[in-house]
Amino acid sequence: MGFGTGAPRRPMSFAPLFGVAALLSFSTLALAQDAPAEPKAEQPPATAPAATGEAERAATPAPSNVAPSEADEEKAAERERAAAKPVAGAEKIGIVLLRELHERPPPLSLLDIPPADDGIAGAKLAIQDNNTTGRFMKQEFVLDVVENDKPDALVAEAVKRADAGQGFFVVDAPAKTVLALADALKDKDAVVFNAGAPDDDLREENCRVNVKHTSPARSMMADALAQYMAWKRWAKWFLIVGPQPEDKLFAEALKRAAKRFGARIVEEREFTYEPGGRRTDGGFEQVQQQIPSFTQKAPEHDIQVVADEGGLFGEYFPYRTWDAKPVVGTAGLYPTSWHPAMEQWGATQFQNRFKRLAKRTMRPLDYNVWTAVRAVGEAATRKKSSSVKDLIAYMRAPEFELAAFKGQKLTFRAWNGQLRQPILLATAKLPVTVSPQPGFLHQLTELDTLGIDKPETKCKAFDNK
Amino acid sequence: MKTRSFVLALASTALLAAASPALAATAFVSNEKDNTVTVIDMEKLEVTKTIKVGQRPRGIILTKDHKWLLVCTSDDNRIEVYDAKTYEKVKILPSGPDPELFVLHPSGNPLYIANEDDNIVTVVDIETGKVLAEVPVGVEPEGMGASPDGKYIVNTSETTNMAHFIDTKTNETIENILVDSRPRVAEFNTDGTQLWVSAEIGGTVSIIDPAAKKIIHKVTFEIPGVSKDAIQPVGVRITQDGSKAFVALGPANRVAVVDAKTFAVEKYLLVGQRVWNLGFTPDQKLMVTTNGTSNDVSIVDVANLKVIKSIPTGRYPWGVVIAP
Repeated sequence: MGFGTGAPRRPMSFAPLFGVAALLSFSTLALAQDAPAEPKAEQPPATAPAATGEAERAATPAPSNVAPSEADEEKAAERERAAAKPVAGAEKIGIVLLRELHERPPPLSLLDIPPADDGIAGAKLAIQDNNTTGRFMKQEFVLDVVENDKPDALVAEAVKRADAGQGFFVVDAPAKTVLALADALKDKDAVVFNAGAPDDDLREENCRVNVKHTSPARSMMADALAQYMAWKRWAKWFLIVGPQPEDKLFAEALKRAAKRFGARIVEEREFTYEPGGRRTDGGFEQVQQQIPSFTQKAPEHDIQVVADEGGLFGEYFPYRTWDAKPVVGTAGLYPTSWHPAMEQWGATQFQNRFKRLAKRTMRPLDYNVWTAVRAVGEAATRKKSSSVKDLIAYMRAPEFELAAFKGQKLTFRAWNGQLRQPILLATAKLPVTVSPQPGFLHQLTELDTLGIDKPETKCKAFDNK
Repeated sequence: MKTRSFVLALASTALLAAASPALAATAFVSNEKDNTVTVIDMEKLEVTKTIKVGQRPRGIILTKDHKWLLVCTSDDNRIEVYDAKTYEKVKILPSGPDPELFVLHPSGNPLYIANEDDNIVTVVDIETGKVLAEVPVGVEPEGMGASPDGKYIVNTSETTNMAHFIDTKTNETIENILVDSRPRVAEFNTDGTQLWVSAEIGGTVSIIDPAAKKIIHKVTFEIPGVSKDAIQPVGVRITQDGSKAFVALGPANRVAVVDAKTFAVEKYLLVGQRVWNLGFTPDQKLMVTTNGTSNDVSIVDVANLKVIKSIPTGRYPWGVVIAP
């Protein structure tokens, strides 16, 4: 499936019929004082094709205490698409998004069911953002999405496309597949962006020189949480770990973080369960009994830390625990690369652009994919080049930096290809804080207080001095 | 066009009549979080009044005759116009969605507004309230500067990372100059020979030769004990004589003083937290800095390059403009 096809229809009422548009504007323009005796001297410029008839639109949109109307949103979306329309003769830069589809049990909350275009919508927005700049640079970014439930088929498809000249592969797949892709592409002019796998081993003992990680590592998430717990002086942790392998990996990251930032795990308890059906009528009666009895008789603690990456039981903990303690980890207060209510550092406009394009809010995977596709765009803008080789080299250079609505530039760690980034700590509705927390210092960048730092790295694939 | 010049003539007569007693300069500070504008007497350096305005006030300027105070109320998607003497609301101007910063044509009209959420610059006649044009620019339009001769308006786009030159005759972009990440403010010097563009995430200020439309220098900053990531240039003001520029450095909590001839950084002035925008008094003796996170403004003695006072404002002070 490709991006850029199926161009949206222009609403008929905005047809470039000057008379009609002017008439429309006068019925809505309450502030206009004199009659339109002379036709408008200033026509919207020719630099972007969006503008026909736009100058006459309603003068004052509704204030932002209500959601904008669908019609206003569609108009804005159309302007954005037009502003991203490639100019003739632009050099093409292809980006492939590879997704491994896999069966997983549905999450507990109806609100958390992933949309079918999770990640894809992030790629589309980044392509649009890249192309808006691309208009000025005579560059055109083209997205191809490849989805498959068989890792081997994904790898074969990637190799085929790399041989045909594609160089940028953004991947949403488990660690094993990321690794297989990296190895299959290793002698080609290609780079893999890992947008979905948080596994530390991919950045450490299994690191590859042709992989960049825009997904934060588990260790970064755990450190972000631990720093805020240290700031709150909530040092005694009661750790609850799920049975899945990824729950155990996150628990390991949490234990490492506790040690680094001076917290103490007073007890670790495994939560075993049969996922069973997500929905049962009246399921709460049993959960209300189950969680208090599971969490009783714990040593004195400040917080309950839940490691449940699959989201299969953690959401049951807040307000149901035996002791009246806050829940953090994968439920309650959780670390994340993105939050749909994030508004700092100019993020509001970014969220709005996304909503107009995807008709939903932005999820962390969308953000991780967006940063990967934008990284290619940023390299192409700065290098004024569409050569895969040039752009890969530039993304490895120390001058590469990305603005990504996190209040500071994001850069790639030179020793393992991980994107440095602030991590949000959030509850369901709002971001609570952003780590690194004040006071956690570093000789190079405070962002390297999150995750495994250069002196500790086990990654040998990069040229580490 | 005729209507406009007539109204302007009336306005300037009114100003002459009102301007007879010499009054102290008045600073107006928009408080993004409080939906207010703080009024500061620049002689006593005291807050004299807090004006309630619309939602999320950010960009704030005065009309050329200093009669009206214009405030971008971003969450209300409009420009509010206040009488700069009585603080009464005069009228509301259309702005296009999410107005952030704006600039008046040097002739006094029209107004060019950056619509951050819409990738356009809206051109509005401030007398008639009519939208004259919409100019498509890059993603997240932000900074707005006007060349002193009125030929160009320069808009910066935060995600496209460009300074777009808009020809004021045709309302078309005629040149797009790539600068560093997340450009915020575009400011011309008085004689129009330099255009300074700050890049918040890039951490630099590009100095552009507006005639050649080329970057002639990039100013970088280094402050002992302050992390490089925290050096985020936003507001820029250049002295009337063109000798010095002041650059607000955001979370570095400093204003850099830059020699506008050699481009060497002379000094860093410690101000409040997350300093974003700057404003001179008309005599250029004092400068006000808006310190977002510490909810205050710092007052800088421009001749001695010293911070002499801080004055509490509303929450998250954003922009500042000073009337004679």
